[in-house]
Amino acid sequence: MKKISIYLVSMIFALGLSACKKTTPENVITIGEVGAMTGPTATFGISTHNGIMLAIEEINEAGGVKGKKLNLISLDDQGKPDEAAMVTTKLITQDKVVAILGEVASSVSLAMAPIAQQYKVPMITPSSTNPDVTKKGDHIFRVCFIDPFQGSVMAKFAHETLKAKSVAILRDIKNDYSMGLSNFFVDKFNSLGGKIAVEQSYSAGDIDFKSQLTSIRAKKPDAIYVPGYYTDVGLIARQARELGITVPLMGGDGWDSPKLKEIGGTAVNGSYFSNHYSAENQDPKVQEFLAKYKAKYGSTPDALAAMGYDAARVLAEAMERAPSLASNDLRDAIAATKDFSGVTGNITIDQDRNAVKAAVVLKVTDDGFKYQSTVNP
Amino acid sequence: MKQYLIWLTALVAIVIVNFGLIPFLPPYYYSILIYSGVNIILAVSLNLVNGFTGQFSIGHAGFMSVGAYLSAYISIMITKDNPDLLANPVTANLIFLVSLIAGGAGSAIIGYFVGLPSLRLRGDYLAIVTLGFGEIIRVMILNIDAIGGARGFTGIPLLSNFLWVYIAVLFTLFFIWRLVNSAHGRTYLSVREDEIAAQSMGVNTTNAKVQAFVIGAFFAGIAGGLFAHFLLYLNPQTFDFNRSFEIIIMVVLGGAGSISGSVVAAIILTVIREALRPIQEITRIDFRMSIYSLFLIILMLNRPNGLFGTKEIFNFMSSKMRRLFLGKEDTAT
Amino acid sequence: MTEFIQHLINGLSIGSIYALIALGYTMVFGVLKLINFAHGDIYMLGAFYGYFISRFFSLGENPSLFSLLLALTLTMATCAFTGYLIETFAYKPLRKAPRINALITSVGISLFLEFTGQLVFGSDPKFFPQIFAISGEWAIGDLKFNPLQITVFIISLTLMAILQFVIFKTRLGRAMRAVSFNHDLASLMGIPTNRIISFTFMLGSALAGAGGVLVGLVYPKIEPLMGVMPGLKAFVAAVLGGIGNVTGAVVGALSLGLAEEFVVGYLAPSFRDALAFTILILVLLFKPTGLFGTKTTEKV
Repeated sequence: MKKISIYLVSMIFALGLSACKKTTPENVITIGEVGAMTGPTATFGISTHNGIMLAIEEINEAGGVKGKKLNLISLDDQGKPDEAAMVTTKLITQDKVVAILGEVASSVSLAMAPIAQQYKVPMITPSSTNPDVTKKGDHIFRVCFIDPFQGSVMAKFAHETLKAKSVAILRDIKNDYSMGLSNFFVDKFNSLGGKIAVEQSYSAGDIDFKSQLTSIRAKKPDAIYVPGYYTDVGLIARQARELGITVPLMGGDGWDSPKLKEIGGTAVNGSYFSNHYSAENQDPKVQEFLAKYKAKYGSTPDALAAMGYDAARVLAEAMERAPSLASNDLRDAIAATKDFSGVTGNITIDQDRNAVKAAVVLKVTDDGFKYQSTVNP
Repeated sequence: MKQYLIWLTALVAIVIVNFGLIPFLPPYYYSILIYSGVNIILAVSLNLVNGFTGQFSIGHAGFMSVGAYLSAYISIMITKDNPDLLANPVTANLIFLVSLIAGGAGSAIIGYFVGLPSLRLRGDYLAIVTLGFGEIIRVMILNIDAIGGARGFTGIPLLSNFLWVYIAVLFTLFFIWRLVNSAHGRTYLSVREDEIAAQSMGVNTTNAKVQAFVIGAFFAGIAGGLFAHFLLYLNPQTFDFNRSFEIIIMVVLGGAGSISGSVVAAIILTVIREALRPIQEITRIDFRMSIYSLFLIILMLNRPNGLFGTKEIFNFMSSKMRRLFLGKEDTAT
Repeated sequence: MTEFIQHLINGLSIGSIYALIALGYTMVFGVLKLINFAHGDIYMLGAFYGYFISRFFSLGENPSLFSLLLALTLTMATCAFTGYLIETFAYKPLRKAPRINALITSVGISLFLEFTGQLVFGSDPKFFPQIFAISGEWAIGDLKFNPLQITVFIISLTLMAILQFVIFKTRLGRAMRAVSFNHDLASLMGIPTNRIISFTFMLGSALAGAGGVLVGLVYPKIEPLMGVMPGLKAFVAAVLGGIGNVTGAVVGALSLGLAEEFVVGYLAPSFRDALAFTILILVLLFKPTGLFGTKTTEKV
């Protein structure tokens, strides 16, 4: 018994010591990534990680930043805010990273932001869309658009292009992204004179949505707004069609994944969603990204991979421009990002440290996601 | 008399560490220290229910979340209109005390209602009910917009620190140690050992069980409050089933019915999580949860009583040391 | 009215899925007096076994009843084997230990399967191949039926009938009932209790595996954490019907499916997950034996 505990304790200390005796080589710039590699949101965290890795590899192949290679330390937070806070503290104070990339979910980024701000380490979140995230301090940035913009894009689209009079909402109660988008959609759509037929909700991971859809069907809306993730939307679309609902579904960038078509099959055809970019865009930057991603990971990237890729590139570009990598210099350089041409559009960081960029509306068809229109902020 | 001396020494030690050591501690290790403290309170309070009273509860994270949300809500409500209250250390700490106790009390009330079914249920049924309560609480929080729902609850002032957490730890240990070693606390043990025999000896088993739940929930609520004012952000995901499960592992590893076992296990598991991170940097995959669960299975198969069983750490010391610590030869349980 | 009947159909179809999982729960509880938390994860494994089996034999390219039955049989066999391994290595050594220990072990196995599943299968959702298809759409006016769902319903009922037959009409079933009635007495009567328990466990796992394949067919999205909620809900269903009782499990599952459906449809959709547990607590408080359970008194 005693032996076991002594062994355990000494093992812990040995591990702990090995953890702190880490020295960073001179010619390397260390940046940190916080993401969910396990847990319910892991599929998004892994996509983002893949995008970031691709960007880092490209940058290093091209000679790195300021003549130094980038070294990415990515740690798992299991999608939990408290784990993320711990990991952020470790990255900043133990690993001495110069900047942090992450997290996908706003609910987790919100726990990280105060810590990054406290130590004045710039943090760029690839895809946390809650407006509150960047309000946590002047070192917090994002490269995606925020909920109010994306919600209003689809509200406008529903009103002007689809000529919808009444729209039903089906949102994910467990997911702040979905709640945020639907709230701003409702505000905008109401102000445009439209009517919200009914608001229903599900929780991520459910497989049966027929009860919600049956209630929605009874209200006969002209369209249904489902701002969830592709993981659930595929099944929602299938069941909507089974119930004979033929009106188009609409969604946000959480839809952008090859899995949407795979799971949803023909049922998702004719649906629309807002996104950061279109894969049809002939810009060599976009095509190159798509080709490289496919070659490396064997699948078409989803929106989160593209956002991760852009977040890493925006950071690298700002590092190159910054006079030094000290926190305020780097912060100012990121804040000065203007017309950075990324895969997900031209990124300009505004005074609220949010990315200002256009959104595109895509239509789901048998040959993939077809470009419909561009909405400028 | 000597016993009180020990507690007093511990208190003085905490204060000395707080002023002498903490300012020089790297923030990462400081965080580990704080989380260890919170986990100790959680593990010891769960041990009162699971270990000493023998009621199997797997919804402890639910109580923690009630305490966390309630105390955070109260401190935000008080300081929202008068931010200067936070600038003054006296009022700030007073507010924290009030919100912590309120959080604990709120959680204790919920604990009362969760404890009630234990009058009729035992073993696995009760386990499922506590699990269900945990889930219900989580769904409720998701549906209350005033505390953020799925968005999470932000804007909590930073009030927790080493001194607060470890004085709370000490208080928890003191309270529960004294409780289970009192005549009153023995009734809890009798419920664990044989409920029917206890009943026939005139023990009010109903009271004992509900009390254990209420006290356990109270301290879990306190832990939640300390946690909330350190993390400064709450989200229902933090308090899912896995969190309850982590606390159970601590109790089982330490030995159900051993307070010092829970303390040791809480520290080991909090530190091991962090110590395993370097491995994760190499493998790029996080298999800590797999290791955790496998470890639990192996533990149950080979050493179901945990590290300490129902013994305390003193029982492994020489009689001289024991006398020094306890002031008497015979120890509890 | 159409809406109401549609809700009724939906509720029964989701309830039949819960029933398949609940049956395994209730059987294992019957003989072992153990709540096997890992049961929902065996259902998840079933879905993944079915996925790999279908891909291995490319059953998705030629959907037919034969493909479905092939995938179903193989999955049930592999799941039974997995159940056997779990039972032998994790539960058998704990036969004499307090029940709480076995319960904790089952929680451990459940988490192990979930997290290792994420590492092995990947955490992204997978598309379950369409190994069986019925073309066309079945509808009466506005009432829509999913032909697949009806197929699943029929298969579920068939499996339940077979189960009923095994339990009540065979020697093996009689042995199972004897063991669930009293372990020690059963072994005194010459019944190999350990073997019977293993067999029951395998049978329950096979049913969960079948549930995984059938769910994959109707809701073609599978992921490593898919077993958590259905597992818990199936348990609620089993308790509602009176745990240990086969008919009760089915009735409980169908009632739970309907209750959820109507709460979501007419009351408060965001409280769906809380509903199952509220029902559970109420049942346990007011009728702990469930709808069909038999009362037992604890003896000294």
